[in-house]
Amino acid sequence: MTAPTYDLGTLHGGLRLDANKDSATASELAVMPVPKQIVLPLEQHAGDPADPLVGIGEHVLRGQMIAAGTGALSAPVHASTSGRVVAVEPWPIARRRGEPGPCIVIESDGEDRAATGREGAIDYGALEQDELIALLLEGGIVGLGGAAFPTAQKLSQARSVPIDMLILNGVECEPWISCDDMLMRERAARVVGGAQILLSALAVEHCHIAVESDKPVALEQLADALGAAGDNRLTLKQVPTIYPSGAEDQLVQLVTNREVPTGGLPTDAGCIVQNVGTAAAVYDWVHLREPLISRVTTVTGPGVKRPMNVVTRLGTTVADLVAYTGGYTDRARILVVGGSMTGRSMSTDRVPVVKASNCILVLDEPAARGPVLPCIRCGECAEVCPIQLLPQQLLWYANADDESRLREYGLTDCIECGCCDLVCPSHIPLTSTFRFAKGRILELEDEKARAERARRRFEARRDRLGREAQARTRELKEQKARAKSLSKDAIADIVRRKRGAPEDDR
Amino acid sequence: MDFERREAPYVRAGTSVAAMMHKVLLALAPAAAAHVWYFGPGLLFNILVAVVFCTGAEAAVQRLRGREARAALGDYSAVVTAVLLALALPSLTPWWVTASGSLVAIVVAKHLYGGLGYNVFNPAMAGYVAILIAFPREMALWPAPSMGDIDYVRPNVLQTLWYTLSGQLPADLGFDAISRATPLDLMKTGLADMRTVAEIRAEPLMGDFGGRGWEWIGNFVAIGGFYLLVTRVIRWHIPVGVGIGLLGPATVLYLLDPGSHASPGFHLFTGATLLCAFFIATDPVSAATSTTGRLVYGIGIGILIYAIRHWGAYADGVAFAVLFMNMLVPLIDRYTIPHIVGHEKRSTPESNEAAP
Repeated sequence: MTAPTYDLGTLHGGLRLDANKDSATASELAVMPVPKQIVLPLEQHAGDPADPLVGIGEHVLRGQMIAAGTGALSAPVHASTSGRVVAVEPWPIARRRGEPGPCIVIESDGEDRAATGREGAIDYGALEQDELIALLLEGGIVGLGGAAFPTAQKLSQARSVPIDMLILNGVECEPWISCDDMLMRERAARVVGGAQILLSALAVEHCHIAVESDKPVALEQLADALGAAGDNRLTLKQVPTIYPSGAEDQLVQLVTNREVPTGGLPTDAGCIVQNVGTAAAVYDWVHLREPLISRVTTVTGPGVKRPMNVVTRLGTTVADLVAYTGGYTDRARILVVGGSMTGRSMSTDRVPVVKASNCILVLDEPAARGPVLPCIRCGECAEVCPIQLLPQQLLWYANADDESRLREYGLTDCIECGCCDLVCPSHIPLTSTFRFAKGRILELEDEKARAERARRRFEARRDRLGREAQARTRELKEQKARAKSLSKDAIADIVRRKRGAPEDDR
Repeated sequence: MDFERREAPYVRAGTSVAAMMHKVLLALAPAAAAHVWYFGPGLLFNILVAVVFCTGAEAAVQRLRGREARAALGDYSAVVTAVLLALALPSLTPWWVTASGSLVAIVVAKHLYGGLGYNVFNPAMAGYVAILIAFPREMALWPAPSMGDIDYVRPNVLQTLWYTLSGQLPADLGFDAISRATPLDLMKTGLADMRTVAEIRAEPLMGDFGGRGWEWIGNFVAIGGFYLLVTRVIRWHIPVGVGIGLLGPATVLYLLDPGSHASPGFHLFTGATLLCAFFIATDPVSAATSTTGRLVYGIGIGILIYAIRHWGAYADGVAFAVLFMNMLVPLIDRYTIPHIVGHEKRSTPESNEAAP
């Protein structure tokens, strides 16, 4: 069987950025010991927060589910070591950029004892697709590329539409981040094994593992692992090193030359995309029976003494993790979770590492933006936009708050990759302007929807009252007509009946 | 440890408007030097007057608008406007003519429309057209290039400075002695006199392609233009568009009737064609914005330049062509929105809603 062939697509625009990855990939993956304190947020994934299953004082084991997924889109949370629950309280979290969110705090007992009852790998080939997907849900697996979308729900959604391809995303195009690179270098077999499980769950026959051309070691390791697996459903695909080739829709475009329709999902282009880290986590859960309780996190930037990639237990605070790697340098000024293009800047390093934390980037004072000048319409932003938007026009309409033009010019298609912002010679903060304008559009949509609902309610009430009034008038008329047509005897008869006279008296 | 929160992205490309303007000025230097070589030091005085009045006007208007004058001057856009305006003038121009053009460019064309980034019209060209109409006599006084064999008197530095300051020539120098028709003028009047192009091209003022001297300035303008292309200050769409728009009709008509139509090479190397293609039409603020739009915009300018030169009343048509196309920019922008990835072929509000 051969994989369907596609023209390799091209990306409009994009940027060749300084990768800044060598410092962190110079050393092997380090495994950080379990810290004394573990803080596990209930909001580690896209969707609804998980619901705690444990109370304060309770003893938990490594891999034990301590919070269950709730609602249609959610994922459970597992204890990442054994110990005692000391608090269920708000704690600074990365999803809120350092503002507090609900967390379960565990004090490690130092024994790191695993939960029981999970001996032996699962023969996933014997499972129905639904059972396999349910299993992945139970393992707390979410997308490890950064968005943390629950994997089980993504697979279920993909099963409801015709798709023909799984794309494993090992592109990692954003500067500084190298956790996927190191994972592919050192754990390529797990990535390949995970891909096979995902193919079973999807009942899809083709998987492209896409890796950026600047990762020769990872490509080599994956090629070896693929050779060892001998599975011809899987192919390795090298994609050009250009930011943002690793963004989901852009990767689909690069690998298949299909465009993901506006407002749609990769499944609308016949594909599903999973991060290589997610595949490895799937392997760990199915074969090694370890739920998602750790991940590879890059610690890097001019603000840390020894950049490296660390296998970190989820719930380890950034402060502990950075201390483990060797601490901050004097130049540490800005703490970013993620990369230098789309990462989120944190107010404190008390935030714990969570499922989505691919990179802890500590920057020094960034180059000053310079004074913000008016847009001179030089068009550099449009040249680099991977969606082929016209950011200069969007800026104009965003400042004018012109909702219909913003829609027409595709504001909602903006992926906030930051390319336009980076190249703007007038130093206009385009990305944050567009993020804000998008929020405005959603707000307006909300308002419109509310107004629409209110209008419908009002109309429904008006119609109902009208109908009732009509019914009443009709009834009165009919009664009058009936009264006219009745004879005196009949009236007497009715009166008698109303007084409760026996039936047979009639 | 606490940290300061910032907004992504956290890196910058290190570009700035000022750096772009510096490159434009640098790119103009070879052409300016060639201009001085062939036509004397008048250009330098014109640049001086234009820079003083343009930056002065910029600072004054900024202050009137309650803004920091230094920041606005720091982007160097007013200096670029000044130099472009000066390059469009005859090398002998009285200071008040240059000053009037500068004031119209900065105060009217730029700031009355909102300042940097908001001007509808190319400021330098608006200023140029204003003085072309207000001072027709002064704007027609073009000296001949100093080529050694051309019979004309070249005013020295002091005489040039005196003319710039007073508008008077020394008693022993008449206008007839120092000025000559430009190659485009020669072509226009020659053709009107029913002479053939070959006859006109045999005049001593004519060179290999365009006018003598002029064509060399053109070469240096092109060198500067390529520098801007290589350093990505400008993109190829507008220069190529102007080329297609001008050379297309010029080539067709020349091939049909070479006796009464100048060759495409002549059109390319005379007048302000190359300056327009690389430096004037490429002003991003007043140009169309998408790549397709810029190609259309450039082609429109090229066609108009040819039309004005060939059928119009003026010898050259760059300024009018640019200003006219400036007016069409909103229309061009409206119809050249690029295909947004993931959208139906043409993005319209309807198709947005129809998409899943």
